[in-house]
Amino acid sequence: MAQITLDKLAHSYLPNPKTDHDFALKELDYAWDDGGAYALLGPSGCGKTTLLNIISGLLVPSKGQILFDGKDVTNLQPEQRNIAQVFQFPVIYDTMTVRQNLEFPLKNRNVPNDEISKRVAEMIDILDLSDKADRKARGLTADEKQKISLGRGLVRYDVNAILFDEPLTVIDPHMKWQLRTKLKDLHRQLGHTMIYVTHDQTEALTFADKVVVMYEGDVVQIGTPEELFDEPKHTFVGYFIGSPGMNILPVEVSGNQAKLGSHTVTLKGAYPDLTGKIELGIRPEFLSLTNSESGIPAQINGVEDIGRFKIVRASIEGVELNVVLNEGESIPAEPKLIFESSRINIYQDDHLVRSLENGKGI
Amino acid sequence: MDKTYNNKAWLLVIPVFLLVALSAIIPIMTVVNYSVQDTFGGNKFFWVGTEWFTDVLRSERFHDALGRNLLFSFIILCIEIPLGILIALSMPKKGIWVPVCLVLMALPLLIPWNVVGTIWQIFGRADIGLLGHTMATLGIDYNYSSNVIDAWVTIIVMDVWHWTSLVVLLCYAGLVSIPEAYYQAARIDGASKWSVFRYIQLPKMQGVLIIAFLLRFMDSFMIYTEPFVLTGGGPGNSTTFMSIDLVKQAIGQFDLGPAAAMSLVYQLIVLLVCYVFFTVMSNVGTDKPEVEE
Repeated sequence: MAQITLDKLAHSYLPNPKTDHDFALKELDYAWDDGGAYALLGPSGCGKTTLLNIISGLLVPSKGQILFDGKDVTNLQPEQRNIAQVFQFPVIYDTMTVRQNLEFPLKNRNVPNDEISKRVAEMIDILDLSDKADRKARGLTADEKQKISLGRGLVRYDVNAILFDEPLTVIDPHMKWQLRTKLKDLHRQLGHTMIYVTHDQTEALTFADKVVVMYEGDVVQIGTPEELFDEPKHTFVGYFIGSPGMNILPVEVSGNQAKLGSHTVTLKGAYPDLTGKIELGIRPEFLSLTNSESGIPAQINGVEDIGRFKIVRASIEGVELNVVLNEGESIPAEPKLIFESSRINIYQDDHLVRSLENGKGI
Repeated sequence: MDKTYNNKAWLLVIPVFLLVALSAIIPIMTVVNYSVQDTFGGNKFFWVGTEWFTDVLRSERFHDALGRNLLFSFIILCIEIPLGILIALSMPKKGIWVPVCLVLMALPLLIPWNVVGTIWQIFGRADIGLLGHTMATLGIDYNYSSNVIDAWVTIIVMDVWHWTSLVVLLCYAGLVSIPEAYYQAARIDGASKWSVFRYIQLPKMQGVLIIAFLLRFMDSFMIYTEPFVLTGGGPGNSTTFMSIDLVKQAIGQFDLGPAAAMSLVYQLIVLLVCYVFFTVMSNVGTDKPEVEE
């Protein structure tokens, strides 16, 4: 187990990268704490798998260093780094039994035989595979196979980190939840550093203590699930996380007032003078519809009932936004929109700006 | 619910039925017909029962030819399968050399059988052939038309030259279809090169290897044209395979009865061996008949 430090790390698949755009992974400094559970979250092609492969050693970065416990491993091969990786599609050795699969990495490392059988027996128990231990691995279901590929990493007690590359992609929905719970359990039980790549926010938010959100090769925010929900540092994080995502509306800000078309919204505090593209971000959960005099008149374009709540598609002077209505709430005849001031974030050129009372903008 | 019967569907089946009947069923039944009858000419036949079959199965000539066929197939499978795997493993997986290698590999497969025979017949001649002349110059006594061993070596080398490519191409197709993640996982597990071959590449090639094995067995077991052109079955009867013997009997001596019985036995052997191979090889590595993913 180790702390993993990324030092000015960047990667390009091109031989001579020049502009920022040539980089699949833009320069990044970060330290992953020993024993933490992290998720790398972002849409396809955002560079998350690139970052994972650099950590595992399958890719050598074009720039920067990667350190395990302060030791430079940038040019070490995956087998020398002592990490484990679980891939998108379960990788198992077809002709071996479940037990032999788990023994394989230990045998390759010349672990004594009695030690191997002890650890493997323990791992089969942990993974609930006891009744299938001596069956050929090829006939098992996808989730069982994925457990085996995870197990091959876990039997090596001393792995520095376990990396997951969208491991639940081919798993049936009802098994996804079980396997995810199992992963969380294993993390608590064994305390390995775990890094989990996914494009599914539910997976990321339920698995990780800290979520790293990536967008076009950049890390846009690293934070706990609450931080990502309450204070997205980038408009991308705002609408990528949450279902539906944050409403991002073009506004003009002066002091503690935001002008949205011809209407005014009161903010939680005063802002400095801002230039550039200014936007107001508010989650659909913090908007409400009333019949009263106050509030901004809105037009209702549609309603989607998804069980526990309704999503109302509304617009204010042509600007579209979503409102979440809880079960039982109904849409008034002449709907007015109320913004919950304390939940409003202001963005300048897609980046979060804090109000003056909360300290200077970032 | 009442089932609707629509007999018009039969009309769609008739063309296929006619085609199969004309190309397979009728010829085979003709052979079966010949195999149980004898004639003294004048297109008059009479029933002899299983006499021809008993004769064929007891004939030393048939046993010898069968032995030669089995030996030949065994030798070329032992060479072509491992060699094919080895060449496929050493071929590049990407880059500009891939098409070059593939075309080079496919070339021998494009040459007609009788041309292959002719090429090697000339190649091995001591007076005008490159191989034969070189051997003679080196002082090696090489003559495929008088020495049994030389004849066999030449036919085997010819077959390896002609058909190893097929095994290579099949294995290569199997190899490139292995997802990259398997190799990455193996590296992370610290697997040696041999382990990667033994536990990833070989199992993933199992399907194509069965096909390669069956194709090469059937083809080599039925080999006719190349040895016929090269040695004509000689020296003596040393390269007279069953197919060559069959043609001698049927067309040379016009013994239709024994030839028909022999070709049926011949076909049954091919079917039987293929069935056994396929069953055994498909079950290698599976501990019980279970549904594949």
